[in-house]
Amino acid sequence: MVFYLTALIQGLCLAAMGLGIFITMKIFRIPDITTDGSYTLGAAVTAVLLTQGWPLLPVAGATVLVGALAGVMTGLVHTRLKIDALLAGILVMTGLYSVNLSILGRSNIPLIDVETIFSSLAVFGRQVYNELWVSLLFLVVLSGLLAYTLRTDFGIAMRATGNSESMTRAMGINNDRMKITGLAIANALTALSGFLVAQYQNFTDINMGIGIVLVGLGSVLIGDALISWLGIRHIWLQLGFVMAGCILFQMVLAVALSLGVNPNMLKLVTSVCVLAIVGLPRLVRRKKL
Amino acid sequence: MIELRHITKTFNRGEVNEVSALDDVSLTIEAGEFVVLVGANGSGKTTLLNVIAGAVLPSAGSVFLHGEDVTGLPEYKRSRWVARVFQDPLGGTAPELSILDNFRLAALRTRRKKLTIGVTEPFKASVREKIAGLGLGLEDKLHQPMGTLSGGQRQALTLLMSVMDHTDILLLDEPTAALDPKSAEVVMETAGRLIGQYNLTTLFITHNLRETQRFGNRLIQMARGSIARDLKGKEKKGLKLEEMYEWFG
Repeated sequence: MVFYLTALIQGLCLAAMGLGIFITMKIFRIPDITTDGSYTLGAAVTAVLLTQGWPLLPVAGATVLVGALAGVMTGLVHTRLKIDALLAGILVMTGLYSVNLSILGRSNIPLIDVETIFSSLAVFGRQVYNELWVSLLFLVVLSGLLAYTLRTDFGIAMRATGNSESMTRAMGINNDRMKITGLAIANALTALSGFLVAQYQNFTDINMGIGIVLVGLGSVLIGDALISWLGIRHIWLQLGFVMAGCILFQMVLAVALSLGVNPNMLKLVTSVCVLAIVGLPRLVRRKKL
Repeated sequence: MIELRHITKTFNRGEVNEVSALDDVSLTIEAGEFVVLVGANGSGKTTLLNVIAGAVLPSAGSVFLHGEDVTGLPEYKRSRWVARVFQDPLGGTAPELSILDNFRLAALRTRRKKLTIGVTEPFKASVREKIAGLGLGLEDKLHQPMGTLSGGQRQALTLLMSVMDHTDILLLDEPTAALDPKSAEVVMETAGRLIGQYNLTTLFITHNLRETQRFGNRLIQMARGSIARDLKGKEKKGLKLEEMYEWFG
């Protein structure tokens, strides 16, 4: 039971990143893999500031800021220099590794004996319930804000930009600036996942972000499959299904582990899972034809 | 309203596939004029339209809108004056967004898109009323994604969208080329009505000589990147179909 509860909390912590990847991949149709870097960046900034005794709210603010900055970097490289988004993301992500290492000062910072978001908002006796409710609350607030943003005039313009650039240009929208803004929002969300996970696992490690983009991608693909299968159009419901996808993906990994898969093989399992999600529908479709 | 001074546009300059699309074109279009642009394929009509819209920047020459030099202004900034309907029905709308959201953006074409909810009940009602005026029965499908509509329906809605916000100049690039005759009729009727109602300065590209005869108060024929004929008022009115056929002979 606790085993699956842990997977659920893990999924909730990573759901902010899932929302970010949903924005770049599904709304802007940009394959952004800055994620690996901005996730660790968020966790690194969180760890350093918390150990220096900063209160939680400014730490969260700083996390959002540095994450957004990482997204802006990728966005600038992509739009101003006309470099492929994938390459732009790899460039920034690789560069961020060194940045993260110099922020941390070493490869690992433990977060023991510091006030975390989970300990400061604790109301239940059992730790795992506190973790559950705090991550849930965090996500409800975050997705609520995002859903509202996407329904505003600015949000409509954002959604249209990924849909038809000729249309948005004719509607007075600066597509380049909109893409940069979108990448900033997405990577700020990813950094917030780093913020949560660092406090959940009580440490930040320089390598914690490796391959995390694949986890997010798989989660969004699960969510998207549900969205198109059920024909969901409301944007806030879509966000809900993306978050559900994040949780489902962690459940799948948890089941794999419980079946006795060696934890060292977890990245391989993740890869195979995403491959299955992407590949299976295509195989099925080909058979039908 | 629109003034082009010595516009030249060369694509792929200095390469083997160099194309001279516009060759020293000067043109003044007064407010309220409805100009029909005809010409063979590759004569420079679409490039001319793109130069006015800002989608193509000229190699030489300058563009004035409302007496203001806009030569270097990008397309998204010129949208303050210019509304467009593209040849491809997919070009002017966002297919995955609802009709309502598309209209919301159109209503903000010249303004900032702020962080406030703009799709309110009064807005919805006004859009419903406007769409009902088209007589296509789309007023009850406001939440349907634009992409589920037919090409003709989308072109008619794109036209309506172009007058949702203040518009001076309407650019129509073969808006009916991809449509069946009946949808084309609906779209052109809507265009004619809106242009008259809002007194829009219009440039209309077409290959359909009947439309050429029926619409507009000025006719420009392009050939090899230059203006070959420019007929106004009575001259255009008196034009016979046979004469026009000969131009292309």
